[in-house]
Formats: sequence, C-alpha cells, structure tokens
Amino acid sequence: MRYLLKNLTIIHPEQKINEKNIDLLIVDGKIVELKKNIEIDDNSIRVIDLSDKIIAPGFIDMHVHLREPGREDEETIETGCRAAAAGGFTAVACMPNTEPTVDSEEIVEFIINKSKNFIVDVYPIAAATLGRKGEILSPMCELKESGAVAFSDDGVAIKTASILRRVMDYSKMLNLPVIEHCEDESLSNGSMNEGLNSTLFGLAPLPSVSEDIIVMRDILMAEYTGAHIHIAHISSGNAVKLVREAKSKNIRVTAEVTPHHFTLTDDLLKSYDTNLKMNPPLRTQKDIEEISLALKDGTIDCIASDHAPHSLEEKELEFDYAPNGIVGLETSVGLSLSELYHKKILTLDDLIMKYSINPRKILNLKVPLFKVDTEAEFTILDLNEVWTVDKDKFFSKSKNTPFDKRLLTGRAIGIFNKGKLFLNGEIIKN
Amino acid sequence: MPLSSRHLLGMQNVPKEDIQLILDTANTFKEILERPIKRVPTLQGKTIVNLFYENSTRTKISFELAEKRLSADAINFSVSTSSVSKGESLKDTVKNIEAMKVDMIVIRHSVAGTPLMLTKLCDSNIINAGDGIHEHPTQALLDLYTIRQKLGKLENLKVCIVGDIAHSRVALSNIYALKTMGAKVSVCGPSTMIPKNIEELGVDVIFNIDEAIQENDVLNVLRIQLERKAREYFPSIREYIKYFGINSERLEKNKKDILILHPGPINRGVELSADVADGPYQVILQQVTNGVAIRMAVLYLLGTLN
Repeated sequence: MRYLLKNLTIIHPEQKINEKNIDLLIVDGKIVELKKNIEIDDNSIRVIDLSDKIIAPGFIDMHVHLREPGREDEETIETGCRAAAAGGFTAVACMPNTEPTVDSEEIVEFIINKSKNFIVDVYPIAAATLGRKGEILSPMCELKESGAVAFSDDGVAIKTASILRRVMDYSKMLNLPVIEHCEDESLSNGSMNEGLNSTLFGLAPLPSVSEDIIVMRDILMAEYTGAHIHIAHISSGNAVKLVREAKSKNIRVTAEVTPHHFTLTDDLLKSYDTNLKMNPPLRTQKDIEEISLALKDGTIDCIASDHAPHSLEEKELEFDYAPNGIVGLETSVGLSLSELYHKKILTLDDLIMKYSINPRKILNLKVPLFKVDTEAEFTILDLNEVWTVDKDKFFSKSKNTPFDKRLLTGRAIGIFNKGKLFLNGEIIKN
Repeated sequence: MPLSSRHLLGMQNVPKEDIQLILDTANTFKEILERPIKRVPTLQGKTIVNLFYENSTRTKISFELAEKRLSADAINFSVSTSSVSKGESLKDTVKNIEAMKVDMIVIRHSVAGTPLMLTKLCDSNIINAGDGIHEHPTQALLDLYTIRQKLGKLENLKVCIVGDIAHSRVALSNIYALKTMGAKVSVCGPSTMIPKNIEELGVDVIFNIDEAIQENDVLNVLRIQLERKAREYFPSIREYIKYFGINSERLEKNKKDILILHPGPINRGVELSADVADGPYQVILQQVTNGVAIRMAVLYLLGTLN
C-alpha cells in the first residue's frame, strides 16, 4: 500500500514543524519520504493532491461513549469508529459506563479486540470502582495490564471522598489519570442549569456549584495524594477558575471541555428540545467567556466531545424523561474551527495541541510524529470549507445533535492511521 | 378581535389585549352560569380531550364542566405518571388521539414544556392545564378575573404571591399576567422557596409576612405541598406557620382591607388558618366558580378561531 500525498501543509506544534507544499510518501503505513517535490514515476503508487489542506498529528477524542457492550442499538464500536474517522479522529478513549460496566479485564479485552480491524484506535477507560458504584476499587492493576488508559466512574462522580482517596492512591502507583465527572449528587436532581432561565422554563435546576464543589474536592485530593486528576467536560466558569488556581500551584490537574459547552447557552432550552439536554447542562454566556479565556491561557488542556449516542425514541420523550447527552464526534472539529480558530480564540497550533498532543500526554500515549521511518498517523484539515451539518449523513448510529443544519467553516476531511487513508467519507484504496 | 395565538401554553408573552378579551368574555359566560339552564351551543360538534398525566381534581372538573356547558364533546384521558416508563410514549398517545379527529387538547403534565411539545406533534389547539413547575395559565386568568371582579381593576394594584414560589406553576403564570396588566407584584416566602434570580422578572422579594400584608392589596397564597419534596425546604410546619402562616390575628394587626386568594386545595392550619380560610377576606370559592367561566372563555375563543 503506497500513497503519495502532494502539496500538503504540515503542522506539528511539538516538533515545531509548519511547512507548506510538502509531499509525503507513505509505504505500508510508514512515512518513507517527507519533502518538497517528490517525483516518482510508478503507477502502483496512489497519488493524491491535497493542495491547501493541512495535516496535523492524529486527533484523539478522549471522551466518547461507544455503547458496546449493552446498547448496540445506539452505537457499536464499529459505527463509533466510523463516526470518529469521519470527524477527523485517529483515536478515541471510550468511557466505561456500558452494560456491563468496563470493570474487568474481559471487557477491556473485548473492546480492544473488537476495535482491532478498524482504522481508529480505541483506548478503553475503565471504571474506578466496581460497577461504578463507588464502593469497591475496580481491579486497577489488571485493568491497566489489559489495556485501560485511565479510570473513571463517568456518568457520576466517584461517590465519596474516602473511596476517591483510595482510587487516587492506587492510580498514582499505576501512573494513570483519574477522570472525574464532577457533580455533587446531593445538589443535582434537575435537568438544566440553575438561573433565571430554569425559573422561566419551569425545569428543575442543576446548579453550577454542584460541579464546583467536586472540582474543588478533587483538586484538594490530587494535591494531597499527588495523583493526576483530569476534570471531564468542565462547564462552570467558577470550576475553570479553580483549575487555573490549582495549576498555578503545580497540582496535577488537567481539564477538557466539550464543543457544546463553548458554543451553546441555556437560553436555548426555551424550546425544550431534548437534544439540548446534557449533563453537565448548558450554562450561561458568562461561563462561555470563562471557558474561552481558559482555552486561550491553557487552563483547559483539551477538547473532547462527550459523544453520547441515544436512540430517537429515548430522546423523543418529555424533557425530564429524556436521557442526557448528544453525539459529538462528527461535529467537534468543525465547531472548534468555526468558533475557536476562525474567531481567533485559538491559533491553529493551540487547536492541534488540544486535539492531539495534550490529550495523548494526559493518557500517556505516544504522540504521532512527522518523521521518516515512523508510523503515519494524522488528521487532514480543510480550514475554509463551508459546510452544513446534516445528521442524516452521520456515520454514528444515533442522530441526537443540537447542531443539525448549522453552518460551519472548517472541517476535518480525513485521517491516516494503521496504513489506511480515509478521505471524504471513504477508505481510499491503493 | 380574535386571540393572537391558537394555543394557550402559558402567560408569558400573552399580550394585554388577549388577557382583556379573555376576562371580558368570561364575564358573559359568568352570566350564563347564573341562569337556570347553564348550557350554550357554542362549541357543539367540537371534540375536546382532557389529557391528564397528573392527578388533579378541581382543574379537571372545571375544564370538563366548561366543555359541557359549551356543548362540546368532552373526553377524559387520564394516565398515571408512574406507568409512563412502561406504557405508550406521549408521542404515540397524542398521535392516536389526533387520529380520532379531536379539535382541542387540554393537557396537564408533571414535566415542563410538554404542552409545547404537543403543539409540534399535532394540529389541535393546545391548552396548558399545568406543566410541572412551569405555568398554569388558566389559574392565573381566573385569579386576575377574581381580583378585577372584587377590586374593579388590576392596574397599579399591589399583589403578593405567598409561599413556595420555586415549586409553583401558579406563581410564574400570575407574575407574567399581573405584570402585563400593570399590577405591582411581589413574592413572599422562606428564602429556600424563592427561586434564584426571580428579581430579574421585576418582582420584589419579601421575607416578612407582616410586611407583605401591610404593603399589598391582594395576597395570593399558594399551597405548601406537604406531600412533596417541599418539606425539605423549611425546618418544620410549626416554624412555617409561625413565620409565614396567615391567620386573622395577623391580618387584623397589620391591616383590615385585603383580598386573599388561594388556588386550592388548602392546607387548613398551615398557609391559612381555618378562620381565614372561611373568613371575610378570602374569595376562594368564588375563584372556583370563576374558573369555570374563564375556562369557557378560553375554550370558546380558541375553539372558534378560524
């Protein structure tokens, strides 16, 4: 399998590469040549002109729900991988709240084996506690050995400070991060952000302080234990400030944000559209401003979609009865390019850091390089393509998105991974 | 002049002219209710479904009576909320009802926004008979009607809504409607029961019930929902009664002339003492009578659009 990709702009912020008009020769998945004007007269090489396109080290979405095992009607590892490829990701890390929970080596191995044949790498995140119940530690050593890259009870916060402490002590020994869904259960039985809007719309409130309290608890525990805590889907402006302060004290804390939390506010809930129901909930313009600032100054390390497929019949219910979450793999990069890059909140280098390099460092994964003799793994971007989100064209099995029909500027048009080129919705055969 | 909307989902954004029209139309129906024969043929041939997903006694009877007095065919469809998870989805229920060719749906549901959802699922006129802790527009309209009947106007009146504001659909509908009609609105209750940012709606917040009595022409006293979660929001019923309960002594001490409304059902001895609940200031049963006239007016005005 040989590909010659022509006229690329190659960007790798960590390797300090930013060069135009580069040609890239890949043979059997390996970078063989990387320079201007490669001329080879050989019909067996697939030559593709990618003028004006950018390639960056492969993007990873470190927070997705693939639903398999358990809810294969909503998503499978296969359809999730396709959605990831279509969204420009060469890798995903999947959350353990499946049925059964990812809390045994069998399930970790099941996921890894299932994903082997797909173009996207799948890294399982295992439950921190058995059944995510917050009572007994999951077999974390064994889970690491079978391939888990982090621990999380995502969907809920780790239940008590005492079990959190054990999880952190143990994960420190393993040098893996604990990923926390920050929500104080005792403060949250509502379905939207608390504020004037929740009063106006008559929906039970979910106050931002419920997030802040757990973020603070976890930061203190990270400081105390020396373990690495990663804050999932940060949404509250105050929580962002807490993370900034903790980082200034060199506490091992990192954070991610979802595209919906920097693009949408709770004003939209006026429509009671269940595709706007998620947890953490959409918050206010003020929170978005804090998040933008934190993306800029590095307080927020990465962007992850919290891709959460749900069946149509579940989302068609009354607002309170509908499940939380939206799909995000296929809109994430487009939204970030439109709302962060084109609006000058992030430079392209920053954006690549947050989609590729930072999340890999958080998960202790090797960052793909643009170097001769290394495996080619990259994302192909068209920064200026204007396109309209069409949920019916999603590769994901589920279509629960609030972004349908939204006009975006910039798109991930393809990926290269595991020796295969995926471009504009299909694998390009040699 | 017809109403500006073909549904009644809430009092938010209902213009003054519409409220005026509904109140004036209710006057006409009120007269009919005084006659020996209390039935008019106005909605003959129209079919109205009362779709109640939540228990209700008076609102349901009030709507049903209003429908019958207007000669509409009234069908009751009650679903217990507990069966929702196993039973038919709302979408399917509504599609089925619509397939039977109904003209209007009156809906009560414990989840906010469900009436709006119905407008997207079918073509019938939708009337919100209470959605979660969101709105209860016909209750607000009958409250306004009763106040206007007793005090002759709404403009510049001072009205205080007392009790569990945070978990009340009556409060929000009243705030919208009263403000639209030019009344000055305040709320009074324990701070745990006052929703965050309520001041932004242009209402004053009072924590002292004596002050609320002194300052206002009307008190609209809400039911404390003892059976629900509301119990977690104050230390004890005893403390609630002591600091927020309304009794004759308190009324007399502060002011004589005041109008007391209550949407019912009353917790006698809690938010209202028995002597106030039966006393000279309250208009509770008149509210109930007016409720039928108001619902007749709403059904008539929506049912005869186009």
